[in-house]
Amino acid sequence: MMKETISVNSQKMELLRKDYPILHQSVHGSPLVYLDNAATSQKPQLVIDEINRYYTEINANIHRGAHYLASMATAAYEESRTFISEFIGAKHSHEIIFCSGTTEGINLIAHSLGRAVLKPGDEIIISAMEHHSNIVPWQLACEYYGAKLKVIPMSEAGELDVDAFAKLLSEKTKIVSIVQVSNSLGTVNPVKEMTGMAREAGAYVIIDGAQSIPHMKVDVQDLDCDFFVFSGHKALGPTGIGVVYGKEKVLEMIPPYQSGGEMIESVSFEKTTFNKLPFKFEAGTPHIEGGIVLGSALKYLSSIGLDEISAYEQELHGYQEKLLLEIEGLEIIGTAKQKASLTSFLVAGIHPFDLGALLDQMGIAVRTGHHCTQPVMDFYGIPGTVRSSLAFYNSYDDIERFVTALKKAISMLK
Amino acid sequence: MSNDKRRSMKTIEEKQLEIIEEFSFFEDWMQKYEYIIELGKELPLIDPAFKTDDNLIKGCQSKVWLHAEKDEAGHIHFSGDSDAIITKGMVALIVRVLSDSSPEDIVQSNLHFVNEIGLHQHLSPTRSNGLASMIKQMKLYGLAYQAAQ
Repeated sequence: MMKETISVNSQKMELLRKDYPILHQSVHGSPLVYLDNAATSQKPQLVIDEINRYYTEINANIHRGAHYLASMATAAYEESRTFISEFIGAKHSHEIIFCSGTTEGINLIAHSLGRAVLKPGDEIIISAMEHHSNIVPWQLACEYYGAKLKVIPMSEAGELDVDAFAKLLSEKTKIVSIVQVSNSLGTVNPVKEMTGMAREAGAYVIIDGAQSIPHMKVDVQDLDCDFFVFSGHKALGPTGIGVVYGKEKVLEMIPPYQSGGEMIESVSFEKTTFNKLPFKFEAGTPHIEGGIVLGSALKYLSSIGLDEISAYEQELHGYQEKLLLEIEGLEIIGTAKQKASLTSFLVAGIHPFDLGALLDQMGIAVRTGHHCTQPVMDFYGIPGTVRSSLAFYNSYDDIERFVTALKKAISMLK
Repeated sequence: MSNDKRRSMKTIEEKQLEIIEEFSFFEDWMQKYEYIIELGKELPLIDPAFKTDDNLIKGCQSKVWLHAEKDEAGHIHFSGDSDAIITKGMVALIVRVLSDSSPEDIVQSNLHFVNEIGLHQHLSPTRSNGLASMIKQMKLYGLAYQAAQ
């Protein structure tokens, strides 16, 4: 893929870059090139303005006040919930539970679903490429209920072994929790197929969508998963807000996670009854501004079009991997056939931290380290990688600046 | 060896000023980092016998090994290593400043040179390269040897 072949789509995408004020600055004297989108996305002006508008015009506590501001804030919060349910193809808006992010979301599910279904001897299946936040909550649940954690192996290319997964499934399998897009390898997993297999075995299925939601169209009814979890801040929204989608039937069946105000119907010292969905899972005053503005961020994403975003990011990704592979001694870690716009790599004889430190001096923001997936690093026997993760507001120019800087860093370190 | 001897005569403050002067000749970040990388490559490193898990300071990003021993004069001699070359260069600078000083001087030291040569970001705990923990560990050795006196 040559730069000369830039498509109409990419020209349109490059125009969107002006929506991101943070990108138009210098870092250590060089123009900022932000390639750490898998860690967090940057925010368009519209999102920044909406945060401001919330506090300037409608801030109030929701769901209780009888005054004007309370009803404005409540309406905005609930409209956002409805939009998010449509955005991911949920059947009902009350299947959308606001939480602080993917980590809290998985903890909520591990706690509440765990309490409802786990017994000693049961099994939970995760994959070899999970983020620590989709490993540790399940380890704790296993320890607490006497269940066993099973891990779907992956190939050298970083693809899950679906046949091995079929063999792991049994009547003991109660929960399967897998990542849709790996944050350290970029692999896009066949989650629809795997969900089907797990459901046939009678297991509940959770999909970690932290890395997929800003990059591809997600339809939870089509996936037929029981839960889908994602973070707002990776999808142009504010930090501290995220979503747990859960099927109505399952959310009705499992007990609450946190308790307190808002999540109750009536409280006496003898007996408390819980509020209906989704409030049963939303104790206390929520992150109101975050919930509202996440809706605005996802509306913006959807106005650009997830299919167009995917197509452009794949173009950029192809260009990035092509240029990287021309560098002597550079090895891409994670070479699955289906990858999101994310590349982890190492250069022979050079520690990833050193590359990251020098790239930073040249204004290039990449992530280095184990990316909270230590088992993946152990699998490859490496201390970490350098990771460049793209978003649709990146440009061909960003990639060229990055590769030029990388070559300079390598020559300094060799 | 004679070089080491000469250094050991200097105070921590003198050694810091010496480094600040060396760095004042660099015109841009590249020269500065090239020098640190050179230091990392040259550093007479830790004796492999001391490169043990006991001496390992785990950073999130790079590993640092630190070994301490006391000589007859009661000074603490440090040696260190890292798996990342820039971290190793920084280890070399910090070891050069603190090594062969008295436990009291190490405990009371204030490593202002790092700030003045514009490399303070490497000592930030968020940088997770193990250097901030290494300095803390060096001071703990100082305290321990002080207590043992």
